[in-house]
Amino acid sequence: MTYIIDRRLNAKNKSTVNRQRFLKRYQSHIKKAVAEAITKRSITDIDKGEKISIPKRDISEPIFHHGPGGKRSTIHPGNKEFIAGDKLLRPKQNAGGGSGRGQASNSGDGMDEFVFQITQDEFLEFMFEDLELPYLVKKQLIKASSMQFVRSGVTSVGIPAKLNIIRSLRSAHARRIALGGVTRRKIKLLQHELDLLLLQPELVRDTQRIHELTQEITRLENRLKKIPFIDTFDLRYNNDVLQPKPSTSAVMFCLMDVSGSMTQTTKDMAKRFFILLYLFLKRNYERTDVVFIRHHTSAKEVNEEEFFYSRETGGTIVSSVLHEMSDIIKKRYSPSDWNIYAAQASDGDNWNDDSPVCRDLLVNDIMPKVQHYSYVEITPREHQALWYAYEQVKEQFSDQFSLQQITDVADIYPVFRKLFHRRAA
Amino acid sequence: MNQNLLSETSDWTFDLINIYDKAISEIAESYQLDSYPNQIEVINAEQMMDAYASIGMPIGYHHWSFGKQFLHTEKGYRRGQMGLAYEIVINSNPCIAYLMEENTMAMQALVIAHACYGHNSFFKGNYLFRAWTDAGSIIDYLVFSRNYIVKCEEKYGVEEVEKLLDSCHALMNYGVNRYKRPYPISFQEESMLQEKRTEYLQRQVNDLWRTIPLTKKSKLAENYQHFPSEPQENLLYFIEKNAPLLEPWQREVVRIVRKLAQYFYPQRQTQVMNEGWASFWHYTLLNTMYDRGLVNEGFIFEILQSHTGVIFQPDFDSPYYSGINPYTLGFSIYSDLRRMCENPTKEDRQFFPDISGSSWLETLHFAMHNFKDESFIMQFLSPKIIRQLRLFSVIDDDQREHLEVPAIHDEMGYRFIRETLADQYNLGDREPNIQVYNVDLRGNRSLTLRHFQHDRKPLDKQTAQEVLRHLHRLWGFDIHLESLCNEKVVESFHCPVLDESTSTPS
Repeated sequence: MTYIIDRRLNAKNKSTVNRQRFLKRYQSHIKKAVAEAITKRSITDIDKGEKISIPKRDISEPIFHHGPGGKRSTIHPGNKEFIAGDKLLRPKQNAGGGSGRGQASNSGDGMDEFVFQITQDEFLEFMFEDLELPYLVKKQLIKASSMQFVRSGVTSVGIPAKLNIIRSLRSAHARRIALGGVTRRKIKLLQHELDLLLLQPELVRDTQRIHELTQEITRLENRLKKIPFIDTFDLRYNNDVLQPKPSTSAVMFCLMDVSGSMTQTTKDMAKRFFILLYLFLKRNYERTDVVFIRHHTSAKEVNEEEFFYSRETGGTIVSSVLHEMSDIIKKRYSPSDWNIYAAQASDGDNWNDDSPVCRDLLVNDIMPKVQHYSYVEITPREHQALWYAYEQVKEQFSDQFSLQQITDVADIYPVFRKLFHRRAA
Repeated sequence: MNQNLLSETSDWTFDLINIYDKAISEIAESYQLDSYPNQIEVINAEQMMDAYASIGMPIGYHHWSFGKQFLHTEKGYRRGQMGLAYEIVINSNPCIAYLMEENTMAMQALVIAHACYGHNSFFKGNYLFRAWTDAGSIIDYLVFSRNYIVKCEEKYGVEEVEKLLDSCHALMNYGVNRYKRPYPISFQEESMLQEKRTEYLQRQVNDLWRTIPLTKKSKLAENYQHFPSEPQENLLYFIEKNAPLLEPWQREVVRIVRKLAQYFYPQRQTQVMNEGWASFWHYTLLNTMYDRGLVNEGFIFEILQSHTGVIFQPDFDSPYYSGINPYTLGFSIYSDLRRMCENPTKEDRQFFPDISGSSWLETLHFAMHNFKDESFIMQFLSPKIIRQLRLFSVIDDDQREHLEVPAIHDEMGYRFIRETLADQYNLGDREPNIQVYNVDLRGNRSLTLRHFQHDRKPLDKQTAQEVLRHLHRLWGFDIHLESLCNEKVVESFHCPVLDESTSTPS
């Protein structure tokens, strides 16, 4: 007696809960791996899964077993040259023959790390964990770009609700014409013949033939009537396809001070902030460009690698970076085509006389063109002139401009929240 | 001849599976294979990984270790390091076997023959399974245990339950009764009994808590008494019944793990026999199909190729060597039994006077029904197989400088090799022999375990210490583990760790 059951359509993620329990248990390991991955990866490459490896001994489940030592007697296959009574030198660990079960399983295939893959969602989940994002925001960030249904022609399969009546009837009509064509032509011929016969004088009429013709015509007409008015074959349905929501492009300017006072830690913090902004933009816009501009006393557009990892020394003139940004906007990103976002990270150092220049540049040139400008000052120290200059900008553009001080990673989110607030309103 | 063919292409359909199953079942019947009804479930690769992670159990409670298993399997599979097994089968009634949708028709037939008639008849016939497991009620019990553990998680928190399960899993191999047969219970009975047990147990353990001072007289009368009065080998059972601090629900969880351990126990004892039996029958059944013209050459070639892969035994010096392949050993023994019955040689008559020349089918069934790996090898490993596999023995004694080869595949060595190999499959030798020895009832309620060394094999120190920590969590008071060699304590472990050096012989 045999039952055959098709289980392929059953939910396949029976292990999801177990998997999540595992991830939760080894959170700290995974977080470390994720943190490393963030510093290693490029911003635009951030939303992918990651390979995590955990030392095997950390996740072992202990049971009692024998340790090395004692007297072991084992049987092995494939003898080549041994004869009874042979004495052999003890092979080094890992050599094929010789020692007992305990060692054989210990040396195994020499894997010390338990390696596995986490998905993109899980990766982002762990990445945002430090940032203390509320769940809702996380979900929005993680969600793939939204899609919408768009009409695209008609198909012959579909659900009743999508039935296209006009097209269905039209094709039914066409079918009726096509199927009835031969019959109708025949009727036409017979009718013609009949008409001719009827034109003859009554006496010489071939009544027999007339009778035959009328009968034949009725028969054919009946056949015509049997062609179904509508057939499943005729049905046409409106076809909808999924398309990404149309949205325009965005460009994100990452501006960062790379003068000597910025340490690697500060830069890493800035990187997280940039990542968040990037993910946010990527979700909302089909196309997101990222422009990296770094500056000390002069500004320069660079690639990401250089942006985060090359070190410079010297003083700081913040206005240089604003000039550079303004130039790039003029050259490549016309505000009518692009949504422009800018994020500036700095430790607040600036050449004092330069801060008013920055303010004027922002107010007159940059702010009218950008959607949002956020400034994060990553420093535990007192504010300096730049901060106060920016506060004046904020007074004028309270919606579009935000500035925040960050002292550690957990502060990043509140800054970021501004962006979401603005959109929700 | 061609009109007999069941199918010509390698694609399978549900109808074809039905047709093949019918054909295989008819042939199986002609070989007197008696099996439970089959439930064949077609699943995809991802579901197979799920099944892997839960040891084939269709339902199971949640635990991170299954998640680990899943991630491990998934990684191996994605990287292409390993294919998935073609089948998983569990001992239940009906017997559930999983087929992967990616397989060809030939592979599906192989799996049906292997799992649905080979393993299935083994589960139904072998004495260990008959005595220790109840195929009819296992699914019920799994449902019960899963629901129960979910309820505990809701009530006491996932973390609490997880900790408890961790500890139970560490002792799972010591959660079996080797000699007493438990009797099977269905889901309803289990739920009913569970409540009664809860109440009863709470009353029972209080013996350990007795604080009412005993009268002087009785104190005198009561000599120093061992508790338990006899050493106990089932640690989980002992804990379930006697651990003083466990809550009733914790006892129930311990019991669940213990029951599952018991269920898997026969499988661990019959690996060679079980896999050998299934391999022998897929080989025999499908070859019979070919002989009858039901399948074509392409089909049987695919089967044979896969079959040789399954029973491949790398030599001891090969990089792929990881011990003796149970499929090879089992398959060889059953095949050789058949040969000895049909074409006995002089040697066979000398070694197996009862078997040579008897009815092969009867002999094979007898061998399958009445043995476990250890006794099966002891009884049926023939010189011919020893020669064929070129088996040799090695003694590794840490008190001697050299390894020794006491016996190889020759006249002098057959018996020695057979005995040693049989010992190798004796679970009693393979796992350290650890028993509950004493509970200090009058003092600090500490629990003392004893490990009896076999051939001076010591415990692995690090894992032993870790397992003791789990045991400590369950018992709630100090744990001592003494390792004995020739009646003398040679090493001892403690949890919590004592201040002085832990491994001084006392």
